[in-house]
Amino acid sequence: MQTFKDALENALRLVLSLDANVVEYAQRTLLIALVSTLIASLIGIPVGMFIAERRFPGKRAVVTLLNTLLAVPTVAVGLLVYTLLSRNGPLGSWELLFTVPGIIIGEVLLIVPIVTAFTVTAVARTDRDVRKTALTLGANSRQALWIVFRESRFGVLAAVIAAFGRVVSEVGVAMIVGGNADEFTRTLTTATVQNVDMGNFALALALGLVLLAISLSVNVLFQYFQGGGHQ
Amino acid sequence: MYRLALFTTALLFGASAAAQEVLTLATTTSTDNSGLLAAIHPDFERSTGIRVKVIAKGTGASLQLGRDGNADVVLVHARAKEDEFIEAGFGTMRRDVMANDFVVVGPSADPAGARFATSASGALERIVAADHLFLSRGDGSGTHLKEQQIWRHAAVPTKTDTRSFVAGGRPTQFTSTRPAKGRYISIGQGMGKTIIMATERQAYTLVDRGTYYAFLLADPPRTDLAVVCEGDRMLANPYGVIAVNPKTHPNVNFAAAKKYIEWITSARVQGMIGRFRIDGKTLFHPAHESSH
Repeated sequence: MQTFKDALENALRLVLSLDANVVEYAQRTLLIALVSTLIASLIGIPVGMFIAERRFPGKRAVVTLLNTLLAVPTVAVGLLVYTLLSRNGPLGSWELLFTVPGIIIGEVLLIVPIVTAFTVTAVARTDRDVRKTALTLGANSRQALWIVFRESRFGVLAAVIAAFGRVVSEVGVAMIVGGNADEFTRTLTTATVQNVDMGNFALALALGLVLLAISLSVNVLFQYFQGGGHQ
Repeated sequence: MYRLALFTTALLFGASAAAQEVLTLATTTSTDNSGLLAAIHPDFERSTGIRVKVIAKGTGASLQLGRDGNADVVLVHARAKEDEFIEAGFGTMRRDVMANDFVVVGPSADPAGARFATSASGALERIVAADHLFLSRGDGSGTHLKEQQIWRHAAVPTKTDTRSFVAGGRPTQFTSTRPAKGRYISIGQGMGKTIIMATERQAYTLVDRGTYYAFLLADPPRTDLAVVCEGDRMLANPYGVIAVNPKTHPNVNFAAAKKYIEWITSARVQGMIGRFRIDGKTLFHPAHESSH
């Protein structure tokens, strides 16, 4: 059997030589993460700002629900999307099961609550006086909203980065909805699982290292923006 | 940013997917994990221009993908389940593709003395008698079905768990038979994972010869388990290919499935299957042996 040291050495070699498989899975993973984060942000940021800025009945319940959805298991979302996209399912005619767009749908469902909930927190954290001051200085309500958004932009960006990190690192949706089909839907995480299953630890470890590098970069960005960009 | 948006749009509307015809093949982990499909599929793509999307699950899960119309063609190994699948109207055009056989593997020192058994069921009896660990796929795969068949022939008390669920609006049952005593772990994983785990735990398990050789002869070897029982007629393992019936699922790519079946049973590809070797060892025997 391979020792850990051998596996690590082979893994580093695969990463440094830009192994074609590793690069392909990394590209696909990043594409999925970018597109789903973009879509989730377009939905989650406006909704989050609305929830934070408006008073409406049941607001507390909505926030509680959002916070609960933050912890929803990825396999549950994967299974839900699988049954929706299965040819027997309600969206079967879209023929998106085992495709990258199918995975993106699942990831968007997974991270919209993250973007929304973090945006609510970021906007609510912004000083209430900001809005009042803006209105007093003659801004209309739309302009005041824009100023509040600008003041909370670092928190909102942190929300987006957290969502991106979640997509890169999760395996439940990618495996169940994507099916780990080579050249079609194989991502860094599903390829890692498969290579562990096949006892191919060098490649699994190489993929793990790439994942780690991406997560680390994402976290450095996250820390930076959470600190309001001043650190 | 503009290019990204454009690319996103193309992606979401499936424009990129329409660029090339795709055939979805649901197959067992044994054909995929052994490296056979990766070796022969480039030829299919070259000769037909159709790309094969391989979804590797157990036989049970692969047939379910066919039942739901989520695959165009299935390549599996559990004859009784295949016949059920066809009789229920989900499959058509079944052909034999190839065969290999199952072997019982275990620690090379063979602490249970399974080597001395004269049959597969005898080998499992000895493993239970020695109270040695046995790992089961436990995933409804062809290998798991074969394992249960052997347990039912063995002279050890067995117990059968039945779980009822609804599939396609009809009540269905999933049964699994296992020895009533002895150390037995059902892991619900693919063939590769099962060998890896059996190697780590130095347990006995049932494995198809193709996957076993692929792991044994890898460089570096991924298992040090040895064959303790082989050659019993009960251990034969024939693979069949079945197109998903377009009458049941009009959306499946039946034309491509037909081409795939004709291709994989052609003399040329049958020859390729027979010549597929790891370290000089043949893993699969083609069903349609040419006369020369």
